[in-house]
Amino acid sequence: MAIRTYREAVKEALAQEMALDDRVVLIGEDVCGGQAGTAEVGSKGEAFGGVLGVTKGLWTEFGSARVIDTPITESAIIGMAAGAAMTGLRPVAELMFMDFFGVCHDMLYNQAAKFRYMFGGKAKAPMVVRGMIGAGFSAAAQHSQSPYHIFATTPGLKVVVPSTPYDVKGLLIQAIRDDDPVVFCEHKALYDIKGEVPEEPYTIPFGVANYTREGTDVTIIALAAMVHKANQVADKLAAEGISVEVVDPRTVSPLDEDGILESVTSTGRVVIVDESAARLGFAHDLAALIATKAFYQLKAPIIMVTPPHTPVPFSPVLEQAWIPSADRIEAAVRKVMEA
Amino acid sequence: MSLSKSELLKAYRKMREIRVFEERLHQENTTGDIPGFIHLYCGEEAIAVGVCEHLKDTDYIGSTHRGHGHCIAKGCDIHGMMAEIFGKDSGLCRGKGGSMHIADLSKGMLGANAIVGGAPPLAIGAALTAKTLGNGGVAVSFTGDGGSNQGLVFEAMNMAVVLQLPVIFMFENNGFGEATGHDYAVGGRNITQRAAGFGMPAVKVDGTDFFAVYEAVAVAVERARNGGGPTAIEAVAHRWYGHFEGDPMLYRADGEVERLRQESDPLKIFSEHVSGQISAEELLAIDAEVEALVDDAVAKARAADFPAVESLLTDVYVSY
Repeated sequence: MAIRTYREAVKEALAQEMALDDRVVLIGEDVCGGQAGTAEVGSKGEAFGGVLGVTKGLWTEFGSARVIDTPITESAIIGMAAGAAMTGLRPVAELMFMDFFGVCHDMLYNQAAKFRYMFGGKAKAPMVVRGMIGAGFSAAAQHSQSPYHIFATTPGLKVVVPSTPYDVKGLLIQAIRDDDPVVFCEHKALYDIKGEVPEEPYTIPFGVANYTREGTDVTIIALAAMVHKANQVADKLAAEGISVEVVDPRTVSPLDEDGILESVTSTGRVVIVDESAARLGFAHDLAALIATKAFYQLKAPIIMVTPPHTPVPFSPVLEQAWIPSADRIEAAVRKVMEA
Repeated sequence: MSLSKSELLKAYRKMREIRVFEERLHQENTTGDIPGFIHLYCGEEAIAVGVCEHLKDTDYIGSTHRGHGHCIAKGCDIHGMMAEIFGKDSGLCRGKGGSMHIADLSKGMLGANAIVGGAPPLAIGAALTAKTLGNGGVAVSFTGDGGSNQGLVFEAMNMAVVLQLPVIFMFENNGFGEATGHDYAVGGRNITQRAAGFGMPAVKVDGTDFFAVYEAVAVAVERARNGGGPTAIEAVAHRWYGHFEGDPMLYRADGEVERLRQESDPLKIFSEHVSGQISAEELLAIDAEVEALVDDAVAKARAADFPAVESLLTDVYVSY
């Protein structure tokens, strides 16, 4: 096992799959950067390698035919990836900030997601759309959202929201090898976290939740950055004798219903932490699942810890109040423990 | 550019197949047995065939909501198409797509597309595949004059020029986007010039003349196959039927369509063009064969089974 950051895990998955399979190409804005600059491209190193440096080094390794810098043109990026996917490539398109799906969603929502079903099982779209989600950087309302719940409402899309470097690498390789379009959500607040990652390529199957803490009193369900806050709360409350189980579904679609319900039925108390939305979000979907399939095992009402129903604010004070906090998660756990 | 007699006969047969298929659907639709919407291609046959006669099964096209002609020209099975339009299990998409989503990847047909302007981004992707694999393939997108105003079409054209992709943007200017005329909706009233502004060769041709289309596409295909990048072609033709079947066409002048059928019929124009090489009897023989083919396709489609309800949940990941 090597120690890798979440960022390095993304790049390692891409590099290893590109080395294994010539059909894998990267498409995006400034995935290398520096084309037609006043310095020769690459002469001072890759200009960006992705805006947060995630893909840095891949252009040097694989060249312009495999690491394709595009104009700022999201519809053409996702559309080109979809057309390439249905004709034999395995493109990984980078949307940069997942918020930008708003300018190009047709090519996923009406096109790639539907090919396999709409064409009677005779077409497929093996593509990955990578993008950053998450608040915490004062990146404000158009660069901080976590719209994985919107992707997951669309049949045909698979949606991955990893929380650790280990999960990033295994799930991204699975995403590239998967024959369906996969939306791969990278939480920008996690890029620098470190963890053990096998050096060789490996896959993690979709739809298998990970229990990051085992416990008997309360189940917290969380994704991405929220998993780490949930773990922190679980560790704190363990000292008081409150035993918290933390379930990280890792993929929103497919969803490990059995894994989630198993934990919920064993503890009978549920807190769902979700950065996506205050209404009609992932938390609400899970709450409905639990209420319809595990109602009689519940000892307390389900509590959802979500942002308020507002855009993500800019000022750090406001933004911190917006993001579901460890304090709010802890309060929710204490509340369900009262029942 | 000279075509052999057999090539001319093949082109004529394809155009006739499109005409008969569409005229027959116009009748069949009145019975109420065709679910959903259909959009007929009559009057524009020379464009689809003029393009696709240059393409192989390994070349790709992306189409529009008015896609039956493109499908036939690209080699999709007439029986499979008709069954699909009737919503039957024997349809090309097992009854899951319908008229607006007929696809056959084995023929390089990436699908009719019910999103106006949907094909160009997908076609540049198919072109990227051809370029990446170095297989000499070409991709063609079909877009109407209405679709020519969509932003994602502009994005696709720019990307194709930036990456020098082997793609041809076919703009079928039939004068109307739904019920709105080209002269109202296309700001500069010049699709060709606008495409040229993206930095690629762009030409305008008479889309009722198979030979005009064929020759323009020949140049574009050769350019694409030889690494010369994208081309835009605007082909001007006329839509004989409404936007959709059932459209009363209140936006058209009295007698306009009757006049177009007399003066701008792509099949008549073709027949006159080849009259020195091909006899009327030979063409009539093809017409009869095509009529019989479409009769059989309708009969078989009507008799075919609807999909089993169980197939509702196949071909997609289903959560709950």
